[in-house]
Amino acid sequence: MTRLERSVDVLVVGGGPAGLGAAAELAASGAGHVEILEREQDAGGIPRHCLHGGFGVRGTGRFSGSGPRGGMSGPAFARACVAAAVGVGAVLRTGVSVTGWDGPRTVETTGPAGLERITARAVVLATGARERPRSARLVPGSRPPGIYTTGELQRAVHVHGQRIGTHAVVIGNEPVAHGAADTLRGAGLDIVAMVTDQPVSPLPALVRAWAGFPLLTGATVTRLTGRNRISGVELRHEDGRTTTLRCDTVVFTGDFVPEHELARRGGLVIDAGTRGPAYDTGFRTSRDGVFAVGNLLHAAEDAGVAAAEGRACAVPVLRGLAGHDRPAGPLVPLEVDPPLRWVAPNRIAPDAELHDGRFVLRTGRRLPRPHLVVSQDGRELHRQRLLLPVLPGHPFHLGAGWLERIDPHGSAVRITAL
Amino acid sequence: MTVTITRAGEPIGSGAADDDYDVTVVGAGVVGTAIARELARYRLRTALVEASHDIGNGTSKANTAILHTGFDADPDSLEARLVREGRHLLAAYAAESGIPVERVGALLIAWDEEQLALLPKLLAKAERNGYHAARMLGAGELAAREPHLGPGALGALEIPDESIICPWSTPLAYATQAVRAGVHLHLDCRVRHIADAGGSHLLTTSRGPLRTRYLVNAAGLHADEIDRHFGHDGFTVTPRRGQLIVFDKLARELVGHILLPVPTAAGKGVLVAPTVFGNVLLGPTSEEIDDKSATDSTADGIDFLREKGRRILPALLDEEITAVYAGLRAATGREDYRIQEYPALRYVAVGGIRSTGLTASMAIGAHVTGLLAGTGLELGAPRALPPVDLPNVGEAFPRPYRRADLIAEDPAYGTLVCHCEQVTLGEIRDALHSTIPPGSPDGLRRRTRAGSGRCQGFTCGAAVRALYEEARP
Repeated sequence: MTRLERSVDVLVVGGGPAGLGAAAELAASGAGHVEILEREQDAGGIPRHCLHGGFGVRGTGRFSGSGPRGGMSGPAFARACVAAAVGVGAVLRTGVSVTGWDGPRTVETTGPAGLERITARAVVLATGARERPRSARLVPGSRPPGIYTTGELQRAVHVHGQRIGTHAVVIGNEPVAHGAADTLRGAGLDIVAMVTDQPVSPLPALVRAWAGFPLLTGATVTRLTGRNRISGVELRHEDGRTTTLRCDTVVFTGDFVPEHELARRGGLVIDAGTRGPAYDTGFRTSRDGVFAVGNLLHAAEDAGVAAAEGRACAVPVLRGLAGHDRPAGPLVPLEVDPPLRWVAPNRIAPDAELHDGRFVLRTGRRLPRPHLVVSQDGRELHRQRLLLPVLPGHPFHLGAGWLERIDPHGSAVRITAL
Repeated sequence: MTVTITRAGEPIGSGAADDDYDVTVVGAGVVGTAIARELARYRLRTALVEASHDIGNGTSKANTAILHTGFDADPDSLEARLVREGRHLLAAYAAESGIPVERVGALLIAWDEEQLALLPKLLAKAERNGYHAARMLGAGELAAREPHLGPGALGALEIPDESIICPWSTPLAYATQAVRAGVHLHLDCRVRHIADAGGSHLLTTSRGPLRTRYLVNAAGLHADEIDRHFGHDGFTVTPRRGQLIVFDKLARELVGHILLPVPTAAGKGVLVAPTVFGNVLLGPTSEEIDDKSATDSTADGIDFLREKGRRILPALLDEEITAVYAGLRAATGREDYRIQEYPALRYVAVGGIRSTGLTASMAIGAHVTGLLAGTGLELGAPRALPPVDLPNVGEAFPRPYRRADLIAEDPAYGTLVCHCEQVTLGEIRDALHSTIPPGSPDGLRRRTRAGSGRCQGFTCGAAVRALYEEARP
């Protein structure tokens, strides 16, 4: 099989906000030939399908770089990300898929023009995240048409103009669930209910008043029914009651997982919590010259965070290109205790500093205003009270002022919620 | 020969007596299509009628996808003989028609002393079944062969020729070849009534009348209902549900062989097997149920399989689950195939074909054709069938996205649509315009794998559906 052999300075895998942000900053900083490979026909990532506004507000402004600014729609934000990268000379190639590795910084690709083998001086993985489908959530029942994730729903409606149905149940209560609800209503569907297995919080009353559909809390989906089309969602409530919601459409939202296949196929160390590549505060993975950014690392933060992170990784990548990839000294893992689920970044290198001064975390269940305690070998490094409750699926943060107190030769640093 | 596939209107062959079919096969699962393919070798007017909108759309689409050796069959049964013959026929046919097969071998694992004591008996049974390559493995060798196995495995019986096969390509290859050779395939054509019309059978179908001189009942789960139209009460099909979990491709390296449990009185138990698509399968459950359409998965079934899987291959449970599905096996209360000819009725019933039916399918086709000849059907001299070469969907063989030659000829083979399964626009287009095009996006998925990967359509679902809709007549 003939493959075209090519070399580039920086290869960015994934043309969403994170990858485009990285490419823009690197190309502008003189990193040489910076090439972005996007497997889909258009670059811009998930925001392309999110018609609601509010993009480009958060995550920007903390940087003086050339990133997009101001509130805009998802597609406008995606176009701005593309323009920012291409405008400074990054080479964007769409419809080209990375299909595997053939060396520490060499990948194999497939595109309509043929097969290639591309070797880079630095690789930036920005492959993003996806929502867990119904099967991976182990929801029993039948498998008829009419079952979506938000990602599939938004493409069906906004890209292909497909007819969806008339009555929808939305599973999940993360922000993305409300995005799905907006898409459904825009497509003319009635929303039967939004369902979450999380307990009642003050939020439902607000949502009910604002959204015009019921939010069922503490309810677990026990079965999907229907033969030629989904016909119902069976629920079990906290008090043991069971009910069936009649519908012809179900959308499973949130529950993001990193698109980590390429990282794992490359043998990169994977963090047990995030399921993305383990990485340090300089976006370095376990392999020299291979960096990672965006929601591959923490599924999922909003697009602005991903874009900002992409731009922030330019400094360590440039340092790596200059031959100063990794400082000598041990790497200390950062781990969380349940019910916390993960922390990112999750490795501490001797030169650690954080691009925006904080770690991002997730919890597995709601905690009312917890204390976050950072310790190492039984020694408390830091304690911080959060001012708001933390909820599953929602980010919360931990300051980084304690990094210098880490013993670089000690064991893992633990974060506990009390 | 013209290709005749109908999905609407009266099935052809309903006019004057000259237009009667010689043979009609009811049911286009792996067994019915194999019989139709065998009949296609003779100068007969043959119809294949199927109640659903696609071939292979019932029991055939949801099995464990294993090409058995028949090492553990009851040596005196019809099943043992047809599995033994069928596996060689199908292995050869797969190689020439592009059906993915991988000879990964099976390990029948003993987890306690009682099971360990059964292994020599199973080895002796394999010998009685004419299978001589089986051998015993000690705990040490077993651990070396399968390093991710859970603790406590005491030993195993190795059956090196047990293979994995694509369950969807197999009936598709049979049906494609049959249709190209002149068999009429009538889809969406449910048989409602069968009457004697003096020398021929008059079938009342959901799409109108159809006349045929001979009839083969390969209706799977519904074979007993067809049989009762002849006044028989020979057997009753009790659906036996098997739920299965498909794990992500990243789990594939955890397992090298088909890992079989030692069969007990309670059934064959739960296995772990690689698939030709590069996934790992865990299952099946075995549940006697009443409803022939109850292909639901259940919370209990999933919990049961996960518990079994955790024992067999603990690391498997850490991997993402790609799909959960359930198939219904056509159990008849007797542990053998029920293939019976009725010469006076010009009728052959093919019932009770269990999970080994995929392996035995070609031998069943030959056997049933022989029975038809025995009841008076004049076959004439066989002729060679036009070859089929299905596009490869198996991981062990070069897929189009890795083939520079194909992409250079047609860039559509370099344009990926389904990224999890690396399915290209060219393959989807080919399937949509193939001899037997899919009757649903699900049928497209079975032909190409598009949408069957870890994201289950998060990325490509809408695009694949758009391609399907665009190609609909």
